[in-house]
Amino acid sequence: MHLRSLTSLSLASAITLGALAPVSAQAAPERYVIDTEGAHAFIQFRVKHLGYSWLYGRFNDFGGTFTYDPDDPSNSAIEVEIETASLDSNHAERDKHLRGSDFLDVSKYPKATFKSTSYKETGFDKSVLEGELTLKGITKPITIEVDRIGNGPDPWGGYRRGFEGRTEFALKDFGIDYNLGPASRKVEMILTVEGIRQ
Amino acid sequence: MWKNTRQGYGIIAIGLHWLVAILVPGLFALGLWMVDLTYYDTWYRTAPSIHKSVGVLLFALLALRVLWRLVNPRPSPEPTLSRFERRASGLVHGLLYLLLFGVMVSGYLISTADGRPIEVFGLFAVPATLTGLPGQADRAGDIHLILAMAVMVLAGVHALAALKHHFIDRDRTLIRMLRRPAPSVE
Repeated sequence: MHLRSLTSLSLASAITLGALAPVSAQAAPERYVIDTEGAHAFIQFRVKHLGYSWLYGRFNDFGGTFTYDPDDPSNSAIEVEIETASLDSNHAERDKHLRGSDFLDVSKYPKATFKSTSYKETGFDKSVLEGELTLKGITKPITIEVDRIGNGPDPWGGYRRGFEGRTEFALKDFGIDYNLGPASRKVEMILTVEGIRQ
Repeated sequence: MWKNTRQGYGIIAIGLHWLVAILVPGLFALGLWMVDLTYYDTWYRTAPSIHKSVGVLLFALLALRVLWRLVNPRPSPEPTLSRFERRASGLVHGLLYLLLFGVMVSGYLISTADGRPIEVFGLFAVPATLTGLPGQADRAGDIHLILAMAVMVLAGVHALAALKHHFIDRDRTLIRMLRRPAPSVE
């Protein structure tokens, strides 16, 4: 071949290959495992006690994964599974009652799950997550208001991303109708997750 | 008259027996009733508090009773009892002690599962010892109920047997647990 054609061919090839190469080092969407091993995730709830104070509790055992697509965030999703028997409000007798048939009935419903159906970033660090919560055998759509906390490399060779979400729903919607008084019809859940990128 | 003799039970043994005979069915009934109470029932908090307080006192009472039994002479068995009746009654009595201690310990393990002590009528508190076992409160709760039901069944058998001895056999079995033996003509 002529030198000029070779140069053109090389140039054309270089441009084509350059266009095909990924823009970032990691191909989107990114897959994360929620860091329950290091306990950098918390699933908490709070409900009013008689209208005089907040009662907080936590589910100690849960797990999940999420995918996050930096190039197209609406392509992100999360799945979480909670062991309902791991409920912990720092009171043995109360937790026993909550695990029982009056409330969560954990022997019948040992797992609660959340599966997202849509994710939309709405502001500088805010997002809205929609999905289905299955609690006490009942599946209903809920909306979680999310704060994007941060993301980046960790000192041990990994990459992490964290969010905190809040949602609120009526206990009755999920089959919990024990009378706790008029101030305690709704429960707030606070889901704090840090994922380690796979 | 306080202590037992070979002829029969002393006042202390008789008193302890009937005190326990009242407290145990009482606690059983209270326990079954209190777990169905809800937030706005007047006795929602008081009933469990009484149940636990009396339960702790019963533990002390039964420990005392076992001790008393060990340092006292055993009344000789009624001569009219068959070998089966002697064996069976010994077994039932021993089982009642064992099951009762099982009920009380398991009940204790429910409330102290998180390290909290049990308040006894606001006078003193029994500290937690074994805590944080997986599912401790729930498992102890199941054991507590099952053993309590076993105690009630066994106590029922025990009571019926006593009535059988009294009304059918017409022997002194029940009488021995109602009054001290007549002073021996020695």
